[in-house]
Amino acid sequence: MALLVLLPLAAAVGILTGGRRAPVRWLALAAPAVLALVVVGLVARAGPARDGAGVAEATTWVPSLDLSLSFRLDGFALLMGLVVAGVGTLVLAYSVAYFAHDEDPERVRRFTAWFLAFAGSMLGLVLADDGWTLFLFWEATSITSFVLIGLDDRSPAARASAQRALLVTAAGGLCLLGGLVLVTQAAGASTFAALAADPPTGAAVSAGLVLVLVGAATKSAQVPFHFWLPGAMAAPTPVSAFLHSATMVKAGVILVARLAPVFAGVTWWRPAVVVVGTATMLVGGVGALRQHDAKLLLAHGTVSQLGLLVVLFGLGHPGVTAAAVAVLVAHALFKATLFLVVGAVDHAAGTRDIRRLTGGARSLPVVAAIGAVAAASMAGLPPLLGFVAKEAAVDALLAVDDRWATAALVGVATGSVLTVAYTARLWLGVFTDVGLDPDAGPPAPADHRPAAMLAGPPGLLAGLTVAGGLAAAPLAALLDPATVALDARAHAHLTLWAGVHAPLVSSAAIVLAGAGLHVALGRRARALPAPRVSGEVLFQRGFDGLLTGARRLTGVVQSGSLPAYLSVIVGVVAAALVAGLAGGIVVGPVGTIAAASRAEAAVALTVAAMAIAVLTARRRFVSVLLLGTVGYGLAVLFLLWGAPDLALTQLLIETVMLVVFLLVLRRLPEGYVPPPEWAPRALRVALAVAVGVSMAAFALMAGTARTERPVADEHLARAYPEAGGHNVVNVILVDFRGIDTLGEITVLAVAAVGVANLVRAARRGRAGTGAWRAATARSSSSVVFAQTSRLLFPLVLAVSLYVAFKGHNAPGGGFAGGLIAGAAFLMRSLAGDQPPLARTRAVRPTTIVGAGLALAVLTGIAPLVAGRSFLESSIHRLDLPLVGPVKLVTSAAFDVGVYLVVLGVVLSVLENLGPGADLIAPDVESPGGSRRTGRHRPDPGAVGPR
Amino acid sequence: MSLAIVGLIGVLFAAGTYLLLQRTITRIIIGLGLIGNGTNLLLMATGGRPGATPVAGGGSEVTDPVPQALVLTAIVIGFAITSFLLALAWRNWTLDGNDEVEDDISDRRIARAERDTEADGAGASDERGDGA
Repeated sequence: MALLVLLPLAAAVGILTGGRRAPVRWLALAAPAVLALVVVGLVARAGPARDGAGVAEATTWVPSLDLSLSFRLDGFALLMGLVVAGVGTLVLAYSVAYFAHDEDPERVRRFTAWFLAFAGSMLGLVLADDGWTLFLFWEATSITSFVLIGLDDRSPAARASAQRALLVTAAGGLCLLGGLVLVTQAAGASTFAALAADPPTGAAVSAGLVLVLVGAATKSAQVPFHFWLPGAMAAPTPVSAFLHSATMVKAGVILVARLAPVFAGVTWWRPAVVVVGTATMLVGGVGALRQHDAKLLLAHGTVSQLGLLVVLFGLGHPGVTAAAVAVLVAHALFKATLFLVVGAVDHAAGTRDIRRLTGGARSLPVVAAIGAVAAASMAGLPPLLGFVAKEAAVDALLAVDDRWATAALVGVATGSVLTVAYTARLWLGVFTDVGLDPDAGPPAPADHRPAAMLAGPPGLLAGLTVAGGLAAAPLAALLDPATVALDARAHAHLTLWAGVHAPLVSSAAIVLAGAGLHVALGRRARALPAPRVSGEVLFQRGFDGLLTGARRLTGVVQSGSLPAYLSVIVGVVAAALVAGLAGGIVVGPVGTIAAASRAEAAVALTVAAMAIAVLTARRRFVSVLLLGTVGYGLAVLFLLWGAPDLALTQLLIETVMLVVFLLVLRRLPEGYVPPPEWAPRALRVALAVAVGVSMAAFALMAGTARTERPVADEHLARAYPEAGGHNVVNVILVDFRGIDTLGEITVLAVAAVGVANLVRAARRGRAGTGAWRAATARSSSSVVFAQTSRLLFPLVLAVSLYVAFKGHNAPGGGFAGGLIAGAAFLMRSLAGDQPPLARTRAVRPTTIVGAGLALAVLTGIAPLVAGRSFLESSIHRLDLPLVGPVKLVTSAAFDVGVYLVVLGVVLSVLENLGPGADLIAPDVESPGGSRRTGRHRPDPGAVGPR
Repeated sequence: MSLAIVGLIGVLFAAGTYLLLQRTITRIIIGLGLIGNGTNLLLMATGGRPGATPVAGGGSEVTDPVPQALVLTAIVIGFAITSFLLALAWRNWTLDGNDEVEDDISDRRIARAERDTEADGAGASDERGDGA
């Protein structure tokens, strides 16, 4: 069975991927053959389906989710499968002639492939035995339909129609998915058989059923989702005939048909389907009366007929269900025929406008006769299948004692009157001079005789319509397995002549009323009022509103202003902290709010004062100095707290950073010229205060909240025996947490590269390389400073090495050592002297950084070679002559790497922001500079080789 | 940890945030420096009781070395980040002649196009945004 579904799908894939080489003519023969093969396959397996429950088949798909592809060929599936494959075969055969003159073979290939893909999906849908399989193929039909509607992808109208159809049906698909989840969760099973055997109940099931019905309503074009179907007429006529009348739009009806016998007992079910279906019948019928395009007229008529089917199947009364199956078959036959006939006329006359078509009955007698049969069946005239089916429906509705069945009967009768009227309008308009209107354009006689293939398939379908009407009783026997598969009590009773009884009388009255309506309306049909608030308008408004809303939201949220973004971020941080602390500030179990020592209080007060002073500073230079003071103050605090390593590092960093700041500031104007701010000052102050207060509260809580013993105890105990170092901070950096440090020095290296590239990119094209020496070889203004720094240089370097190596046991280490070495170079640079390293340019700062990183990584890798873990240190004791016993710890090499990276980074930053930046003419008049400040001159306080 | 330190943390964060929310790049960098200092202080202050320098086998009277190791690298990385931002400020001044964070032009364009569409829709203005 899965094979029958796979066959058209595989053929579609084959055409799309490899079909380019096959001539279109072969394709035209092979494609109908594929579907004909499916028909044969279905008939060959029809035995069990006709006898009883049919054959089931399941392939496990996702075992963990209990998902499988399960199919069941029961009577109803067999009938629908035959409709799909049979009508599909005929329509494909028809399309050979329809596309015969198409100059774009690629378009024909695409049509054929997607048509087959659709047929496969639809077969999967009708054969599906459980909700998930049905959903899968349901979505597949939506997508293939999208492609087929938009087949003419150069036409904006076709693209818009395709998009709209997809959005509506896919939204319905989502509803269906949600509904299926709710229903199957409640039922504990997903097969239709299991649902029927033990129908779940409850509020969740009701909600799920509503969603399922919404899904069915979108697919089967029920009010208020019906508007996409007339839009889908942008597709070529064979597509309209197959997808949008005979098959795909029946998917929702099929779903209703499968569920109604099980769930029609739910209180709201019958009112819902009767109201929606009847409204659809009337809206579609009135819509059809307003159309001039024969194809659009048929589309609105299809909407109306789909409403009828939803009402009949949705009621869930066995007799009505049985009649509904006959109506469904009759509709598939006459509607596909009519679409194909209209296509043939379009081919012959070059238009489908009933105001221009003339003389068709004379020039196209065969097509006109076929059309007459199908139209008569649609109007419910004897002795055709449409008549027999409608009689059966009316008869069954009359037999049911149910308020909603009576309401449905009234709706069906009214809808049928409209149907008769628009059928007359269609056939007379297309084939006679009725409705001819010179204002619409020149009359278009059908003088181009259609090919036999354009008349053959609709002729065959019309023949079936006649045969079905004449042989009503045998047809009822044929349909019986299908009706029984839906509802065991449902048996079809079809008769052409049952004597003069109520249904016949009502049929006659309907036909007379419809004819009267047609005559009464005449050509004023167009004047029928168009609905003011339709689903289409709502959809379009919603769609446009969504796009506009998205743009507007982007305009507001994405303001492009960094301060605005930052304030959102800090605002959220403050709000999160406040929310977290809302329960009150709990001073934790440790309870260590100590009184500040006098020194600590003094330093804290000074630093706070400096931080506030930064805010009021009007000159850049001053604010940088104040920032430096804050940093130095922190160093003092660290020293007071027993953290000499930190104090040392902080002091060195503040010093180097001060110089870096000044190197940059000498370019910038002395004072701030505040640019227009993005938000009122009060708001910014409020945000800042909120962040400050919440962080302070956080500190108060976090500082006293520790409940576990610190990991430090272990570090302190293991530092010497395992890592051979007394300075635990350094041991943590180079040993216990060595990988962290490796990451951190990598960040340093990346930042240095970033600085270098920013400067170099700006320099590109501004100065030749020859200018380098000129920029770097400036003499110092102070001879004393220069001489002193020259003397001190080797000494400071030696100190840096000492600090670096001593660091394992005493305060110091690679970070501090590297910074001291950097400071040594900095000193020479400030004196206007190029230290040996920079003068030769043999060793570039980036090389030093690279060497340091490489050394650190190698120190990490080396233990791996010895079969130990990354960065694991080992201790070696050597007895050197003269020096005596020396202890070597491998992590010292890692610390040397850190030293080199830090030194290289400092050198790189100094070089790039110092002499490197000087290469750009210092007083280059930039476009905005003078405008903003009017005093684009170096800061007098700047330290620099000027 | 003393209340004086708690207050200092609050002041550093507040002052840093105020500067961070401005348009002048130099002030943003200084604000970031203040916030960095505040964070380092926070880590140290919440990291346990102050004590003696942590040396191996030093017993329970020493400072917790773990926050120190964290803060030490944070200080150095703070330097690298500040240098990078200063290079950005320098570049902005050299190429554009200002010391400001300007609004992103393409974002502004989206906002303006939207305003223009609305104006067109309301018939209030027939001036179309040229997107420049």
